[in-house]
Amino acid sequence: MAKVEKCSCGNDEEGLLERLEEIIISFKEKPGALIPVLQATQSLFGYIPQEAILKISEILNEPLSKVYGVITFYSFFSLKPRGKYLIRVCLGTACYVQGANEILTALKQQLSIEIGETSPDKLFTLDVGRCFGACGLAPIIMVNDDVHQWVKPSDVKKIIGTYKKQKEVKQEEEK
Amino acid sequence: MHFVKNSAELQALQNALLISKEYNSEKIFICAGGGCIASGSMKVKDAFVTQLKNAGLNETLDIMETGCLGPCAIGPVVVIGKDDTFYQKVRAQDVKEIVEQHLIGGTMVEKLLHPVEEQKVSKKSELPFFKNQDKQVLRNCGKINPTKIADYIACGGYQALSKVLNSMSGEQVIQEVTVSGLRGRGGAGFPTGTKWNFARKNQDSVKYILCNADEGDPGAFMDRSILEGDPHSIIEGMAIGAYAIGSPQGYVYVRAEYPLAVERLQIAIDQARTFGLIGENILGSGFNFDLEIRKGSGAFVCGEETALITSIEGNRGEPRPRPPFPAEKGLWNKPTVLNNVETFSNIPLLINKGGAKFAETGTEKSKGTKIFALAGTVKISGLVEVAVGTPLRKLVYDIGGGISTNKKYKAAQIGGPSGGCIPVEHLDVPLDYEALNKLGAIMGSGGLIVMDESSCMVDVARFFLEFVQDESCGKCVPCREGTARMKQIVDRICEGKGEMKDIDELEKLAGTVTNASLCGLGQTAPNPVLSTLRHFKEEYIEHIRDKKCRTAVCKELIVFKILEVCNGCQACKKVCPVEAIHGEKKMLHTIDEEVCIRCGLCISTCKFDAIVKY
Repeated sequence: MAKVEKCSCGNDEEGLLERLEEIIISFKEKPGALIPVLQATQSLFGYIPQEAILKISEILNEPLSKVYGVITFYSFFSLKPRGKYLIRVCLGTACYVQGANEILTALKQQLSIEIGETSPDKLFTLDVGRCFGACGLAPIIMVNDDVHQWVKPSDVKKIIGTYKKQKEVKQEEEK
Repeated sequence: MHFVKNSAELQALQNALLISKEYNSEKIFICAGGGCIASGSMKVKDAFVTQLKNAGLNETLDIMETGCLGPCAIGPVVVIGKDDTFYQKVRAQDVKEIVEQHLIGGTMVEKLLHPVEEQKVSKKSELPFFKNQDKQVLRNCGKINPTKIADYIACGGYQALSKVLNSMSGEQVIQEVTVSGLRGRGGAGFPTGTKWNFARKNQDSVKYILCNADEGDPGAFMDRSILEGDPHSIIEGMAIGAYAIGSPQGYVYVRAEYPLAVERLQIAIDQARTFGLIGENILGSGFNFDLEIRKGSGAFVCGEETALITSIEGNRGEPRPRPPFPAEKGLWNKPTVLNNVETFSNIPLLINKGGAKFAETGTEKSKGTKIFALAGTVKISGLVEVAVGTPLRKLVYDIGGGISTNKKYKAAQIGGPSGGCIPVEHLDVPLDYEALNKLGAIMGSGGLIVMDESSCMVDVARFFLEFVQDESCGKCVPCREGTARMKQIVDRICEGKGEMKDIDELEKLAGTVTNASLCGLGQTAPNPVLSTLRHFKEEYIEHIRDKKCRTAVCKELIVFKILEVCNGCQACKKVCPVEAIHGEKKMLHTIDEEVCIRCGLCISTCKFDAIVKY
């Protein structure tokens, strides 16, 4: 498990842990609180750090083994930090029969990473999904919450480029 | 904000809304369904806001963001209310023209109309896509703003709940549902009235009602569209169900992949609570019912009812053996009714119409309508609703407009990973539970993927095996190991290493997995293999005996070749990840078959159609 890292967005992770504690306490009395708490953790940190697991286990009074078991069961929880942009290639039936695999191959090649990995610049994480319910626009990929429809393998470079640019523009503005 | 104290007040509110300026204003409907938003409908909306203001029409014309109108493939779609004009593929830059030429000038913008056999049809109601449908459950999708409870109430929303609370007992509600013949729309088709009756008879003081919105079947987006387009119909259906079985608390389990659905349903729940339509003493009847959303976390198996329950309880979403059924011991071991989104959305309709009237639509054994998510290689993919028993051909050709490529129809995959493929000789099969079962497919939740001749049916079987293998929770051996072994065999066949006895082996394994798996996921996992074996056995044999994939989909069995039209531009050579392409600039290139990994990047890169695969 990865330890809490100083993340690139500059947020104070110590502060995030304090916020997490408040969230856990607010959920404590709810039946079946573990999963909503883990969802909150995932969106707070972008992944589930070790310190968070310890805190959740302690406050919710659930054994560490159970918390870990639940995290690893569901694909939305990640124990490793993810890139700024999570690229998910839909491999649902409609996308699959219209060439989603070729898009995946092109993405792997462009980013030089495999499924589940993050690019060295921490910008992109590549993942696959099982139908995002936009089958009328197949094949699609999602970059964070943006849907890109009717993607062709030759579009991949351009799509990645747009997000790289976004990041550069932001950095320029900050300077 | 308006707290509705009783049924009379609800009626008065509806009456007031019906004569309100807002309800009667002229409108422009802009689809804000997931598909159209992805295609840019919000930019179109912003453009309308600006352009109407510029033209001074913003006082007289209202813009309404609606739920999914249906034809996702030709989005963003816009309907001009006053004359029912249907515009497709509207971009923000088109809006000025619509406003100036159509709204002010009175002449339609021809280029944005939908072509039907070389003619342009302008009215939405006359388009084959809409004309051939029977929109009952989707009655409000495309007509109301899903984030405004007033829109729903104006269209008669919550009247069924009011009727039930005022004048019917729980037994009477269940009787009505039973008479209607409504069957669960999640896939299995269990009679809803019977299910509710089991839970009602249970004497336990705490009961739960759950809505399964974990729509995980790949190729299915019906529930998503209801959640996003008419969320109050689900809340009303659940409240009626809760009253019938005597449950004070409900949960909606929505999959995490649908953030917009979660957002709109939450808005709807909050509004319903503010209006007193859920909460304590609903409409002064003394009946209490509240509702909470639980989000999924990306596990397909949680669409299975016992796994969903286990997940709400905060555990790994693994199924439990049945019996005991949830109606006896469900959430936190209490009697629980679990129905699918579309089932609940049918309930207010059924109560308003009366069970007997509802049963007039459909076939002898399956009543009402069914929503299908039409996708794949059809011209207009999207969301459609037809009477149960409508022939498949009508969906593919009359509504979907036929095949979108220049190839022929090959099969329609119905029912996702639990379903099967319908070949061309059965195109006239009526879409009902029994007829589809006979062909080895299932109605399922309503995903319907049309495939043309470029799809390899062995590869389709492999795709679904990979899917169930990936999503199998691993609790029981037949599903975990059985599907893995089946996938091994199909992989082998796709790689040209299969033997004839593999086909028998597959059928034998399929029987074991079906009979011995713990839950529906495993029990139905072999269906895609069995149905392709049944209808497309010759393709399996070709893969095994001739080492040939007629569609050139199975990588190991295909060859890439560069034709003489190659002008040596070197684009393919640069893009090849394994340096399998050789050739000097401006000279014919060649592919080294030994090195080629058949990724297809060269084909998609070549601008001169000089590379083929066969």
